[in-house]
Amino acid sequence: MPTTLENWNPGKAENRHPEMTYEEKEKLFLEVKEDPRYEDFLYGCYECGICVSSCPSARFYDYSPRVIAQAMAREDVERIYDIISEDIWNCAQCFSCVRCPRGNNPGGLVTLLREVAVRNGLQETRDVLQGYSRVIYKVMLKGNQVSPDMLQPDFFPDWGPWVAQFSANMPVWRKAIPVDTLRGVTDAAWRTERKTLLELYTIWFETGNMDIIKEIDEGLYDLLAEVMQEELEDQ
Amino acid sequence: MTTTVEEILERKSHAVIRDPEVAPIVDLREELFELEARGEVIVQRVPENHVEVTTKFGRKKKIPIDHTWHHKSCGQCGHIPGYTSSIFWLHRQFDLDYLDPKDQTSCTGWNYYASGASNATAQAAVMSRNFAAAYETGYFPMIHCGTSYGHYKEVREQLIHHKGLRDEVRRVLDKMGKPLVIPEELVHYSEWIHVMRKRIAEKQTVDMSAITATVHPACHYYKIVVEDAIYDPEIYGGQRMATVTATLQALGMNVADYSTWYDCCGFGFRHILVQRDFTRSFANLRKIEVMKNEVNPDVTVTHDTGCVTTLDKSQFAAKAHDRKVGIPVLSDAQVSALAMGAHPFRVVQMHWHSTDWRPFMDKLGVDWQKYWDEFQGDLELIRSGQKAGITWEDADKPVVNVA
Ligand code: SF4
Ligand code: SF4
Repeated sequence: MPTTLENWNPGKAENRHPEMTYEEKEKLFLEVKEDPRYEDFLYGCYECGICVSSCPSARFYDYSPRVIAQAMAREDVERIYDIISEDIWNCAQCFSCVRCPRGNNPGGLVTLLREVAVRNGLQETRDVLQGYSRVIYKVMLKGNQVSPDMLQPDFFPDWGPWVAQFSANMPVWRKAIPVDTLRGVTDAAWRTERKTLLELYTIWFETGNMDIIKEIDEGLYDLLAEVMQEELEDQ
Repeated sequence: MTTTVEEILERKSHAVIRDPEVAPIVDLREELFELEARGEVIVQRVPENHVEVTTKFGRKKKIPIDHTWHHKSCGQCGHIPGYTSSIFWLHRQFDLDYLDPKDQTSCTGWNYYASGASNATAQAAVMSRNFAAAYETGYFPMIHCGTSYGHYKEVREQLIHHKGLRDEVRRVLDKMGKPLVIPEELVHYSEWIHVMRKRIAEKQTVDMSAITATVHPACHYYKIVVEDAIYDPEIYGGQRMATVTATLQALGMNVADYSTWYDCCGFGFRHILVQRDFTRSFANLRKIEVMKNEVNPDVTVTHDTGCVTTLDKSQFAAKAHDRKVGIPVLSDAQVSALAMGAHPFRVVQMHWHSTDWRPFMDKLGVDWQKYWDEFQGDLELIRSGQKAGITWEDADKPVVNVA
């Protein structure tokens, strides 16, 4: 059957989110499309499923990089909104899907969709990121994001009894590391100069990163902004 | 809508031409040098002392041997410090000049991949600030973390291709008086180990020929900007990355294949923190159990922070459910240091690992108890205030010799 204007987009999604108008959903999609990286990440879709076969998230969730690429290639605004409000948070960002013979990067598309979801402060996004604030806080104030003092049995009970040992021995074990920037440091991954941290704060403010945080977690924004502003003023 | 249906159909109709005889040879450096000629960026050159290797589609990549600026990793330094100390220890054993900077931030890639709470300009500015800091010292960046490495490859490509992004990043860097510097090559520490593997084997004091190992190749090393990973026809016929596997073979290990080698470890960025059921299930069901069932290795070796953490820490819960698990997880840096007789605790810091590593050490013939007792002595001195900490002076000397 030849492809015509009427049949080119079979299976177009129904409106599952009537609380939002089509125009609002379309605006979100256009934001994704305007990103200069969009053209690098999407070339169409053969619907071959190669990306799905290598996708870890597709094994454990009702999730498919093929559906993402396909919905975007077809510009199916309703389905893209379904994806942006839920699916994107299942992606493991492993980029196994770049095996795509069409040259797509579905993981990259997810990155763009996440950025738009965050920038627009979608409620689902705020909910999903609640548990993540601690890490955002850490990276912004310490310059690196995995500190040894996070290794506490109540955060990682499923990591076994060793976590209790790491935590109990932390101060002395950290002193017993020969690397100069690590020795004795427990609240950051490595020792970072104050000047370097101030430069990082400058980047967050100048690139609008702080406004993004404000969209998703106002409390976190206030906390970070206060500390950073003070530090920058002291400079 | 700005795109018409006809435009979409037109776009979908283009076939991708694939000619196996003409593999794509992508060399971003050509565009990079053009940008430099136009005065847009500074390109930091790989130092004189380097080795050339072949990448996926045949490009020659320069791997510096010394005069390197070590871009550390949040996860390594935070949770697996023996990973970092092994990398530095190896440099020290060969008397190679390196810098362990404090003027470095995280690439912030973990936060970005996990939460989307950042943007392209911020990510590019963080990378460029770090690279400018390296450039100011004259040392060439060597990246410890697989995620930082993959992320920087992605950002570098974006910076080269999008003028608007470059202009924005330059505006931000101007505020700190830093130039826009892009290194000629992005180099991962495991590539340094790869080119040093024969020299490492020459100094080997621990026989590893009784060991069967599996390799978990880190996704962000070879899946992001695929053309920038090392391949070698001698390793899996050039059909898989050569890094790590070639190192273990040079150390005399038997590297065994398993069917889910292409799968990720299950880290998932946000998953490992807030949806750990996914991470745990994937790590155990798709990786550890498959390795165990198919080849029953003594150790599995990888070259990224997130992979070591995920594969190592996920096994405890699975053991509680009587799953077939129990494979120690190390990085190629740690294995290389062990091979050259590094102290298992002062340098390799085995005690930060969760899955039982003792059977592996026993099989190597390393009397780990002796070194553990010695390390307990160090800790006592630190506790009692007689010693401020372990220094390179305490840790430099190779101590294990069971060849
Ligand atoms: S990046 Fe996301 S979509 Fe792609 S394979 Fe990994 S989990 Fe799946
Ligand atoms: S691999 Fe590429 S072409 Fe095939 S279904 Fe996935 S996105 Fe579409």
